[in-house]
Amino acid sequence: MTERKTIQFSEETMALVQRVINRYPEGKQKSALLPLLHIAQAEFDGWLSPEVMDYVASILDIQPIEVYEVATFYTMYNLQPVGKCLIEVCRTGPCWLRGADDIVEHFEKKLGIKDGETSADGMFTLKTVECLGSCGTAPMLQCGAEFYENLTPEKVDTLIDKLKASDKRSSYMRSNKVM
Amino acid sequence: MGKQLLLQHLNVPGIETFDFYRKNGGYASVEKALKTMTPDAVTEEVKKSGLRGRGGAGFPAGMKWSFLDRKSDKPRYLVCNADESEPGTFKDRYLMEKIPHLLVEGMITSSYALGAKTSYIYIRGEYMYIVRILEKAIDEAYANGFLGKNILGTDYSLDLYVHPGAGAYICGEETALLESLEGKRGNPRLKPPFPAVAGLYASPTVVNNVETIAAVVPIVNMTGDEYAKIGIGKSTGTKLISASGHINKPGVYEIELGLPVEEFIYSDEYCGGIWKRRKLKAVVAGGSSVPILPADLILKTAKGDQRLMTYESLSDGGFISGTMLGSGGFIVMDETACIVRNLWTFTRFYHHESCGQCSPCREGTGWMEKVLHRIEHGHGQMHDIDLLVDVAKKIEGNTICPLGDAAAWPVASAIRHFREEFEYHVRFPEKVMNPKHFEIEPFAAEPVGA
Repeated sequence: MTERKTIQFSEETMALVQRVINRYPEGKQKSALLPLLHIAQAEFDGWLSPEVMDYVASILDIQPIEVYEVATFYTMYNLQPVGKCLIEVCRTGPCWLRGADDIVEHFEKKLGIKDGETSADGMFTLKTVECLGSCGTAPMLQCGAEFYENLTPEKVDTLIDKLKASDKRSSYMRSNKVM
Repeated sequence: MGKQLLLQHLNVPGIETFDFYRKNGGYASVEKALKTMTPDAVTEEVKKSGLRGRGGAGFPAGMKWSFLDRKSDKPRYLVCNADESEPGTFKDRYLMEKIPHLLVEGMITSSYALGAKTSYIYIRGEYMYIVRILEKAIDEAYANGFLGKNILGTDYSLDLYVHPGAGAYICGEETALLESLEGKRGNPRLKPPFPAVAGLYASPTVVNNVETIAAVVPIVNMTGDEYAKIGIGKSTGTKLISASGHINKPGVYEIELGLPVEEFIYSDEYCGGIWKRRKLKAVVAGGSSVPILPADLILKTAKGDQRLMTYESLSDGGFISGTMLGSGGFIVMDETACIVRNLWTFTRFYHHESCGQCSPCREGTGWMEKVLHRIEHGHGQMHDIDLLVDVAKKIEGNTICPLGDAAAWPVASAIRHFREEFEYHVRFPEKVMNPKHFEIEPFAAEPVGA
């Protein structure tokens, strides 16, 4: 039997959660759902398990289904475990015009995985995504909160080395103190 | 350099901080509005300015404000649409990142005009790093008495919050945005009722784009009449243009509306011409949703007039020979670009982003993507081209929100202006199987060795 991690925000995170909830009028706490799912994903290993979603539902006093339907709608919520570094390469028109395909291909070769796959060591997940609003600095990718722009195969190599060396989980939120 | 009303202090070191922003004339519009003007007088200035919504639709902002139900006893809300997701558009990101206080100032002045006591900035989740930049600016505004209770000693109070989305283009549609802000899926609402009557929490709400709200600052400072003198005709003021694609200088440029398109593309002040000394092939002038135009029609109208960067000039000729200013996402393609492949990426985008609520859009975008995929990869048939036109026609006008139209227009216009190129893909499958086909040999109706 695998040991189950207790799902519970740290005290510090809970304080942030409370601050976020307070931004919305009384009785409209459901408005905090999207931000809370971001916070939960950052706190619980980069993805939203059904248990984590149930926990968020209990905090907001809403039905679990209300969380599931939202979590499945928005692309930034991972419903499966992902690699430590989630590499999201933009491939829509303006990025494609500036060579996004070459960047994806370079990643695939370098990491030995295809779009949507996770490397065997669990370090990288490669994902192609739609427009990230960085068309003037194309091609580009997002890893956590960071944008990496004007990419070349050389820059990709440097980035991979940097990410491997830091060995940190990528997160859209840089710290759990602010949002 | 043309007139700068939004980005004039862009290069002032420290402009992202309250102190430097204030030293450069920042927050003057808040002082002027709260201390010397009634809320209705501020709305009046915005009306006089002729400012049109900068998110893409171009609806007169002052008129939108005047629709707000002021008789309701419910609280009123101003929500800033910072969900910028239209391919080719990155101006709001630029503005928020470089001069966050301009948006905060615009939010305060606009909220005062509308009588909102709580306002939200809904920002796309991918811009999470900007959430922090905005929150820092908001904290500074609170600390200096420009937000919170009794702003500048007046009886006006306002709270301002940033709310991140989580990856959904559809949330740029204002009613989907409000659904999302209420913690739901981003499914657009049926209208009426319009947000002005029943928006956020069924209360009267105005939703405006980042750039629209920022433009309120110079309008209040200089007066609506003065602002209306800038630009041409009904295209008043300045506009942020996001320039991308095959140009020497991609980036965000603030232009005075009325600038010739040719000057914008070739002047070193702006795009700096086509990269690699290549020729201009086509332009998508206002974000991926607007009709694509070939080089001759983007530089001159069908009548032979010089094409200008205005709402009117860009749409001259309707959809037969014109396009739209849209969000100002200006995507430039050189002679090596494949119109079919570019369109396939756009259609894939709309298929991915369709919320799935209306059948024509949910199914149609998927079909268009599939058919374009097979044409682009050398498996197309001649009748596929008309099939695409037919599907696009059946989506257009048959959906709750404009995403369906936005998905249909690029397809219809690409085939209208570049049909030969689609036919080429069907006729020479072995040539197009290489994804870089037109980089190897630019498109010609009869290729070498055919």
